[in-house]
Amino acid sequence: MMDQTYFLSLLVFSPLLGIIALAFVPKEQEQMIKLIGFLATLPSLFFALLAFVQYLSGYDINSLAEKRNWIHFGKFAFLNKNTFTVDYELGIDGFALVMIVLTTILATLAAVASIHIKKEWKGYFMLFLLLEIGMLGVFAAENLVLFFIFFEITLIPMFFLIGKWGYFEKEKAAYSYLIYNGIGSAILLLVILILFARTGTSNVALLKEIFNDPAAQAQMMAPISEDLRYGLLIALLVAFGVKLPIVPLHSWMLRVHVQAPPSIVMLHSGVLLKIGAFGLIRFGLGLFPEEFRDLATFIAILGVINLLYGAFLAFIQNDFKMVLAYSSISHMGIVLIGLGALNEAGIQGAIFQVVSHGLISALLFFLVGVLYERVNTTMIDKLGGLAKAMPLTAGFLLAGAMASLGLPGMSGFVSEFTAFLGLFAAKPLIAAIGALGIIMTAVYLLRAVLTVTYGNANRDYAGVMDIRLVEAIPVLLLVALIVLIGVYPNILAEPLQATLEMIMNGLGG
Amino acid sequence: MDLKTLLQYEWGIMTPEFTILGVATILSLIDLFMPDEKDRRLLGWFAFAGVIVALISLVGLLPVEVTSILEDTFRLDSFAKAFKFILLAGAACVILLSMDYQPAEGMPYRGEFYYLFLAALLGAMMMTSSGDLITMFVGLELLSISSYILVGLRKKYVPSNESAMKYVINGGISTAITLFGMSYIFGLTGTTNLKAIAGQLSTVIDMGQQYLLALALLMLFVGLSFKLASAPFHMWAPDVYQGAPTPVTAFLSVVSKTAGFVIVLRLMIYIFAGTPAEGTNSASMLLSMQDYIAFLAGATMIIGNTIALRQRNVKRMFAYSSIAHAGYLLVGFVTMSMFIIDSIWFYLVAYLLMNLGAFAILQVIADKSGSEDISQFAGLYRRSPLVAVAMGIFILSLAGIPGTAGFIGKVNIFLGAFVTEPAHYVLAAVMIATTVISYVYYFGILTQMFFRPAAEQTPVKLPLGVMMVVIFCAIGTIVFGVVPSIVYDFLNQFEHFGDFFS
Repeated sequence: MMDQTYFLSLLVFSPLLGIIALAFVPKEQEQMIKLIGFLATLPSLFFALLAFVQYLSGYDINSLAEKRNWIHFGKFAFLNKNTFTVDYELGIDGFALVMIVLTTILATLAAVASIHIKKEWKGYFMLFLLLEIGMLGVFAAENLVLFFIFFEITLIPMFFLIGKWGYFEKEKAAYSYLIYNGIGSAILLLVILILFARTGTSNVALLKEIFNDPAAQAQMMAPISEDLRYGLLIALLVAFGVKLPIVPLHSWMLRVHVQAPPSIVMLHSGVLLKIGAFGLIRFGLGLFPEEFRDLATFIAILGVINLLYGAFLAFIQNDFKMVLAYSSISHMGIVLIGLGALNEAGIQGAIFQVVSHGLISALLFFLVGVLYERVNTTMIDKLGGLAKAMPLTAGFLLAGAMASLGLPGMSGFVSEFTAFLGLFAAKPLIAAIGALGIIMTAVYLLRAVLTVTYGNANRDYAGVMDIRLVEAIPVLLLVALIVLIGVYPNILAEPLQATLEMIMNGLGG
Repeated sequence: MDLKTLLQYEWGIMTPEFTILGVATILSLIDLFMPDEKDRRLLGWFAFAGVIVALISLVGLLPVEVTSILEDTFRLDSFAKAFKFILLAGAACVILLSMDYQPAEGMPYRGEFYYLFLAALLGAMMMTSSGDLITMFVGLELLSISSYILVGLRKKYVPSNESAMKYVINGGISTAITLFGMSYIFGLTGTTNLKAIAGQLSTVIDMGQQYLLALALLMLFVGLSFKLASAPFHMWAPDVYQGAPTPVTAFLSVVSKTAGFVIVLRLMIYIFAGTPAEGTNSASMLLSMQDYIAFLAGATMIIGNTIALRQRNVKRMFAYSSIAHAGYLLVGFVTMSMFIIDSIWFYLVAYLLMNLGAFAILQVIADKSGSEDISQFAGLYRRSPLVAVAMGIFILSLAGIPGTAGFIGKVNIFLGAFVTEPAHYVLAAVMIATTVISYVYYFGILTQMFFRPAAEQTPVKLPLGVMMVVIFCAIGTIVFGVVPSIVYDFLNQFEHFGDFFS
């Protein structure tokens, strides 16, 4: 392996090369720009896969950690010299690595899906790559301030990508995205800075230590009371709840799903929503395990509400994109259910669901992009009978739906099964109600997909081409990954083992 | 005082002030005798050079220990040094902007720009170094009176006249209130020297006259809030900002505001931070009045950010935005944490960079189209991508997005709010909530620049002076946002202004 102290920085910032290269390309050169945009996602993908393979073969991932001095707010003589410093520190564990691999894969595939972008390719790909840097940084950041900075770096490119390259109500969607997520990040920033100001550090590992050690707590700048801890955890729940989204906070996400270009929705639904789950597990569960335990029932109930609300509303949608948007809400409910169970199976199921849904929703939105490109609509009643005109696309769509509804042998089954296994063990009653959602999932997905593929042909499909080779490759790849996780879940379970053990230790066994 | 003692003073510590004074005097004479038809732009470069020389001499003064001359009326401590950097840098940028200012009806009185800016700057610098109520007030008046004229410099443009009138009247009232507050302090202590006042105050408290003192504090703060453009004296800002020539608006929003914070910090901390409110062991006067000032800070942020939402005139929008930023800065002041001066200084630097940069671009666009409506920004990205990107950087920094200096400034202010016990959760919550509200109008400009089609296709060309300001500010905004340790290392040499009271 190459010089390790720069490995993660290279992984996170290599899309920057693409941005710089793009700056020198004339903006009319469509093919060239698309090619550079695609190529620029490859180094990160390569590094991420390299790390993943090495990790599976027993390499110690902690040695990849980097740390450089960065900001020192006020050097006071009476304080420890590390107080109020924010270092540039990157580091990953198994969970973060899995998320990074997911991000890099989806970014590369979304770059392929971006062939359908019709205008201003240069600006599009520059923002796209910036977005990728933000997403990768979020998972690699070792301290809260750095996490927040990367978190916000995803906000700005998304605003422009939705507002400029989206569909009819794009500006409204962009604003709705900006305001909801702005509020979410604002709350997150308050939490982070309260922790930073009161303890003098924002390093996640150090914070954990301080919270577990009464002697260290006595040395803090100012005390963090029991009430404040609950307050902070609830604030985190709201902040990441906007991102995830948890039900009353979800309306922005529907708009984005419908209005943003499909290639961006792949990343949005596949990765950005998952940052909410990642943050909840990393910081909510990691920093406040005791308090999280007290809120577990509440979180499980929120999860069931998400699951059922999403499922029932997905059933009555006429726009296929809306079906998928509500389906995302519903599936994120399963993440909450797993977290609410608060046992090993539950948390494992939650993380599995994060990865699995990332792949599945990327697949489905890739297909939406393919579909829209050819027939210019995603309304279910205007589609129908697609299987005759585009047999392959229809087949893939069906495969995606099957994975999404949890057909055994595909990733959706593994994650939903484990999450519910956890919840049935911990809170059987809530789990029993939640299980209804699983049935509803099958109902709404089959209704939507079967109408689209085998329903009455409501239009003339003459001259509509089936999926092209360049489009089929990403689809096949995604399906293969979904099946791989479905048949061999250990490919995920192994790298996650260490993280899970740490979380369970934090919870006290 | 005879000539001998006068000559014994270390006049060297006033080099920056003398430079500015000299250049301003020479410029006013040249302008007087110069033929009317001659182009006065050259005078602008001369004024700019004068400010740069003053900056260099200030760098030379950095290693100088705390010195005070003229019976403690002029002192050079780290506080004075640090804030003079902001004032001088701000004035240098504003002079560059004023050289390229081209209003529709022409600008026959360009010469006045330069020496009036310098006179105002001199007033601000005197306030920074002042250790006496009298010199402080004289500095304040020098700044104010020069600004009144500057605001009305577009003689044939009605809104400019109107705003000058409003500025004079409001300014007069606020000055009266400030002076009234000062008179209480003089009445209670019998001296105008800040150090002597601080020494006398404990006897005032022992005599049970703390309520008079509290009244004086509130009166001073309210009077000075005029310069900060914060509640309750913020109402002048929108009208004056809109009517004044754009470089003057930029000056008011940056240099004048900085001067306002300088005098607030000087007076409040010097006089009231050490004085107990009740008995000997009670909390200080300033701490006991904290809630009132916090209320004003909260009101300022809410007023500025919510009213800005409805503005279509960009200059007016920036007026409300500048009110909002005064509110953020007041949060840094009111929390009275250990970060108090550091965080205000950093935020003022960040604010200087992002606000002056934005005003530079606004000036060019408004001059070119003759309108300050937000629609003039439509399609700027198509017309001149680089200008649009620079403007985007300034806007993002004003909104406090990470990667820019504005973000680090806000983080530092928040740190101050949370590090104290009890922490200022309500105030911080107001600040973050209004920041999110501000996204709406800041991103409104971004929407115009990047999403909307342009009315005309001609590219926007920046004149040399404006270009210099934009490049300087854009680089500063990004660099201080990504590597803020540059600023903090610079700030560390002042050791948190520990020599403030010495």
